[in-house]
Amino acid sequence: MASKVIQAFYDDDDVLMHAVKKVKEAKHHIEEVYTPFPVHGLDKAMGLAPTRLAITAFMYGCVGLTVAITMMNFIMIEDWPQDIGGKPSFSYIENMPAFVPIMFELTVFFAAHLMVITFYMRSKLWPFKKAENPDVRTTDDLFLMEIGIHGNEQELKELIAETGAVEINISEK
Amino acid sequence: MYTFSNRLKIASFILMAVGALGIGIGFISAPSTVEEAKAIVASHSDGHGDAHGAAEASHHTTDAHGDTHGVAEAHGEGHHDAAHDEHQLHQLQNKPWSALYVAAFFFFMIALGVLAFYAIQRAAQAGWSPLLFRVMEGITAYIVPGGVIVFVILVLSAMHFNHLFVWMDADVVAHDALLQGKKGYLNPTFFLIRAAIFLAGWIFYREYSRKLSIAQDNSDDNSNFKKNFRAAAGFLVFYLVSESMMSWDWIMSVDPHWFSTLFGWYVFASMFVSGITVIAMVTIYLKSKGHLEDVNNSHIHDLAKFMFGISIFWTYLWFAQFMLIWYADIPEEVTYYVTRINDYRLPFFGMIVMNFLFPLLILMNSDFKRMNWFVIMAGTVILSGHYLDIFNMIMPATVGDKWFIGIPEISSVLFFAGLFIFWVFRALTKQPLQPTRNPFIGESKHFHY
Repeated sequence: MASKVIQAFYDDDDVLMHAVKKVKEAKHHIEEVYTPFPVHGLDKAMGLAPTRLAITAFMYGCVGLTVAITMMNFIMIEDWPQDIGGKPSFSYIENMPAFVPIMFELTVFFAAHLMVITFYMRSKLWPFKKAENPDVRTTDDLFLMEIGIHGNEQELKELIAETGAVEINISEK
Repeated sequence: MYTFSNRLKIASFILMAVGALGIGIGFISAPSTVEEAKAIVASHSDGHGDAHGAAEASHHTTDAHGDTHGVAEAHGEGHHDAAHDEHQLHQLQNKPWSALYVAAFFFFMIALGVLAFYAIQRAAQAGWSPLLFRVMEGITAYIVPGGVIVFVILVLSAMHFNHLFVWMDADVVAHDALLQGKKGYLNPTFFLIRAAIFLAGWIFYREYSRKLSIAQDNSDDNSNFKKNFRAAAGFLVFYLVSESMMSWDWIMSVDPHWFSTLFGWYVFASMFVSGITVIAMVTIYLKSKGHLEDVNNSHIHDLAKFMFGISIFWTYLWFAQFMLIWYADIPEEVTYYVTRINDYRLPFFGMIVMNFLFPLLILMNSDFKRMNWFVIMAGTVILSGHYLDIFNMIMPATVGDKWFIGIPEISSVLFFAGLFIFWVFRALTKQPLQPTRNPFIGESKHFHY
């Protein structure tokens, strides 16, 4: 990570998007962008790799489904066989319709909760964590683009000034 | 302007000709006497041996539970064999009619589903879809010939050309207390009046909205657009009620003793997902021919998301209907599924795989939803699956265990597919494929995911 970074502030998400594209075109590496709200298409413009969260969601869903099947099979069929709908059969598959709501709910439950937890862990978010954003104004009305400086401070400053930044700071990291 | 390519036109004519031929063969080879019916059943039994015997036995148990045919048969012990033969004759005679009716309804329902989707886009003032409005209008054009054909089949049923609807037979009603109780609603006259009102309402909205949609392109204000919005909102109210009643009348009443309160929604889900699938397929076809330049893969992605979502919605309703009846196990309700699981095992469970598991697994990935050939392939399976869905709704009541997807069934599908393609693509040539003055057209062009 660069020890010195340049922080460019913008007051509009469209201007920010254009700036990001311009900086990418000039082949500079954008360390991070801080925004008050999610900006649609920003990840693509920054060239971030697509999220793999969806894949984990699918796997968690499969886990939830398996848990539901195993659990209902143990509770309702093996451990204490139940007479479901007047059709005693000691068979999971024959009573399967009765378990479908549970299978569905646990699939969704596992996928949703574990996906949220994964997201928090991956984003390094947990309770009482100190905010990472370098300027509190990015939680209000300003957008911040952070670019690492590798001995090209002046060149970067000029480039950013052209993109319509409202403020430019240099800061140590 | 789109021109109907000659190859597609010839293909549609060939489909219609082959289909018509097969439908004719189906009608000619249907038995006209009890002896012929017996001969067909006998030859059929030899081939299938035990399996058929088992199906036969289960069919009798369902009859005993109060199937209408069972009531009609139960005149006396001595007449049972003769009555049974007669019953089999009617089932075999019903076969080509049912095949025709299922296919006619299936293609009509696609147009009706697209009309509902279109009206929702209008009422919601959706910004992503105006580029596809002409495609949807082209597909809904089929509602006129499709609706007329279904109506003619219903009229022929009321005139006793077939036995699709047992409650239309005065003799059956005379021996059936339940049907006598339903006579105020289920009688041929009122039935046809209702059908005429529904069709008139749907066709009226379709033509009116299409007129306003074209007028909007040539006007210099947005008044036509606003009128179209109001018309769509009004239509949706009418559609919600009429579609539900249509499904009771045209489909549920083939099993006049059985009823399900969410049947209207269930049929709606089927027509909605089939309609959206056809929109996606026609759009992809037109795009592959170099039309609809502004439609990008985000539009296809959205349609595929709908295909995915409504497939799951369909499953939800299918299962909600199935589970309550399965759980309660009340004889007069559960016969519906007993017949289907015993005699229709393959189409019944096959359609769940095609309508649920397949789209669930294939269309789950976001990237797959943007690949045209994937959407076409998934769409083909979904459409076949929903044809089977309609097949499973009609056939058990009309032909019982004598079902088979053979010449009459496939030919009927081919014929209506040909007619559908011909009519839809002919309608698409009438106007430019892209609306010009829709207030949301700019948003639609820039739509991206």
